[in-house]
Amino acid sequence: MSVQTRLIDLAIRFGFLLLMAGLLVFFSISAPGFLSPHSAVFVFQSVAITGILALGVTATLVVGGFDLSIGAVATSALMLSAYVMVVWELSAGVAIALCLLMGAGVGLVNGLLIVKARVPDLLATLGMMFLLIGLQRIPTEGRSISTGMTLPDGTVARGTFSELFLMLGRHRIDFFIERLIPLSVIFLLVVALLVWVFLEFTRHGRLMYAIGSNAQAAQLAGVKVERYKIAAYMISGTLASFGGVLLAARLGRGDVASGTNLLLDAVAAALIGFAVLGAGKPNAFGTAIGALFVGVLLQGMTMMNAPYYTQDFIKGAVLVVALVFTFAFTARGSRGA
Amino acid sequence: MTQNALEIRNMNKAFGANSVLRGIDLDLPAGQITVLMGANGAGKSTLVKIMCGVQAADRGSMLLDGQAYAPDTPHAALRAGIVTVHQSINDGVVTDLDVASNLMLDRIAAGSGLFLRGAKLRAEAREIAKAVGLVATMTQPVALLSLADRQLVAIARALSHDPKILILDEPTSSLSDAEAQRLFTLLEGLRAKGVAILYISHRMSDIRRLADSILCMRDGVISGSFTQVPLDYSGAVRAMLGHEMTEVDITIPARGAPVLELSDLRLRAQSRPFDLTLHANEVVAVVGLVGSGKAQLANTLYGVARPVSGTMRLDGQSYTPKSPAQAIASKVFMAARDRRSNAVIPDFDIGRNFTLPFTRRHSGFADLISRKSEKTLAARMISEMGVKCQSHTDPILSLSGGNQQKVMVGRWMAEEARLLILDEPFQGVDIQARRDIGARIRAQSAGRATLVLVTELDEALEVADRIVVICEGSLKSDRPNREIDVASIMAEVADSPTEAVIERQGA
Repeated sequence: MSVQTRLIDLAIRFGFLLLMAGLLVFFSISAPGFLSPHSAVFVFQSVAITGILALGVTATLVVGGFDLSIGAVATSALMLSAYVMVVWELSAGVAIALCLLMGAGVGLVNGLLIVKARVPDLLATLGMMFLLIGLQRIPTEGRSISTGMTLPDGTVARGTFSELFLMLGRHRIDFFIERLIPLSVIFLLVVALLVWVFLEFTRHGRLMYAIGSNAQAAQLAGVKVERYKIAAYMISGTLASFGGVLLAARLGRGDVASGTNLLLDAVAAALIGFAVLGAGKPNAFGTAIGALFVGVLLQGMTMMNAPYYTQDFIKGAVLVVALVFTFAFTARGSRGA
Repeated sequence: MTQNALEIRNMNKAFGANSVLRGIDLDLPAGQITVLMGANGAGKSTLVKIMCGVQAADRGSMLLDGQAYAPDTPHAALRAGIVTVHQSINDGVVTDLDVASNLMLDRIAAGSGLFLRGAKLRAEAREIAKAVGLVATMTQPVALLSLADRQLVAIARALSHDPKILILDEPTSSLSDAEAQRLFTLLEGLRAKGVAILYISHRMSDIRRLADSILCMRDGVISGSFTQVPLDYSGAVRAMLGHEMTEVDITIPARGAPVLELSDLRLRAQSRPFDLTLHANEVVAVVGLVGSGKAQLANTLYGVARPVSGTMRLDGQSYTPKSPAQAIASKVFMAARDRRSNAVIPDFDIGRNFTLPFTRRHSGFADLISRKSEKTLAARMISEMGVKCQSHTDPILSLSGGNQQKVMVGRWMAEEARLLILDEPFQGVDIQARRDIGARIRAQSAGRATLVLVTELDEALEVADRIVVICEGSLKSDRPNREIDVASIMAEVADSPTEAVIERQGA
């Protein structure tokens, strides 16, 4: 291997991590206060929910699919949990259980549409996205849900978000500094670890990667391709609904207008993840780093007083660069040879 | 002496180091049907692609009606009068458009002006359809037509260009008998009009009906040319398949108990049912041409396809696999043909490609995969199969075709099988790898039944204890691999009438 190809190889492997390290150094110098525990925690907190959604999308990307419905699943879970607690006046436990069931159910339907009805993945989940965006507004006739609201039938909703439920989104754990680490960050780390171990180290993850690489060959090697595909969409749906629950807990009301950016941010994180360590394929570690990368970038820019409306532009630019890393330079791009 | 519509001289084409055409000379006489035969990878499709302007030759010349001819696009070939009907019928039609638009597609595409004139278009289309005897409403979408009618649409469109040369690639592969007859009549009419027809097929019934002469291709050269009437059909098959017997001593082992028993098995609705029993310890080769039902047999045994009727028993138990997973659970394994699309996991390294079917064997608590166990197996299989590589973590695509194939076959040798099916295990493999793989298959055959499906007879002779010939979806003969009369097997593979065989043997 010549020096040049070795350099290119290094650039592909560590380019993205280096870029992130560079960003951290840059922001630490130019934005006072960036390099503090609270700022770091803020970054983590801002990416916790999108990170969890992105890990779900990663599961579908691994089997060669795609899930566009995650954002809508998350906001549906947000509305559902609020409805269950505020209107039906049921407990937090029931609300969480119903949300997770709903997410798994949507994933199941997505999977069946794709596997059995042979609807292309993008279209099936796009359809599901529209369906859910509409559905979540029907029970309240398009209004947000909060204690004391008047329902369509004229009665007043008396239920409240329980303290326990709100803790999920708002509680902070003491860690050297009092009330430092939000619970949602712990959830992100746990979910990331679980998804990473599942995809990288279990035989199920291995078989899912095989499906994504050559489904026909996997089928002929005895892999139950349809089941794994459906399972991937169920993982995605369940994680998205969990993200929605955390969002509800953070907001404390069923806000119809929130969560609009979830889909794009999560998808961007998962796709940026392709480029991390030159993997050239969807992977949980990369997804987590991708989510963090976007978080760091936005936090740094905010602290340097960049206007909020430049955020989407920056995210898009990072995504495009990451995709070039993945497809132009790594194995995935040169596979045709 | 008929005039040649097309003359090809010394045509060469290589893809990288892989020489696909090596000095092809070919004449297509006007007003004749020339049949081109060749096994997979012989170079037929590359030749056709060069003739119809999809690819350019590296070297060589073509003369069309005496004029130099070198099309640089498919459209140029079309204008010059060379028209191709491809094997995959749906490649030739736009299923969402109606019949008239399909018939006029080339003119619409080439034409000027912004708007289409529906009535005029349909009137012209009707003329074209009449010429080939296509009965269809012009406004009907092509998606609603039968496969045969779609093909007629593709041919009709081709004919509307008044072709000098018509190339048909396996045109009857998805047609019923009656539909094929209609096509033959059409082709005979065109022949009478002086069109030079190049007809690519393996179907002996088609060839007997149509051929004025036969050309055989093998490994990028014309390996046989038959113009004398009566045509020597079994000679043609031999020229296509070749017969370079590599001396391999086959010692037929003692037959074990029956493993797989097929009775009254019918692979296709119109094919004859047959019986076959495979025993432990023996390697049985099924020899047949493309479309003979070989692939269907393999798929049926592996749970990919269902038999039309009949019963299958494995070790005395009824055996009706519904999926490869179920077949594998019954210890029936299959190394699939066409490894690139059916076997290789391109993103995986060599080791993971080896362990794919039996990951359960390498996983323990919580289904976590043990890298150590995987590595041990990969190292063992690499040395057993003789895979040439640096390490088991090399990407699978970094291997040569032969070494990739060793991994694909070795994948199924890692566990004890009751029945091991190897569908075209020597496809796209060099001679050394072919011998290595064949030797491995034989060395480990004790205890299980092994079924090898091949097109080329010498591959069967090298590896099998018993050779079975398949043709038209049914078995034709079954004989031990001992003092084989190559000519008579060739005749069976080609489905020649027995008289031809007797004539040949007398000669």
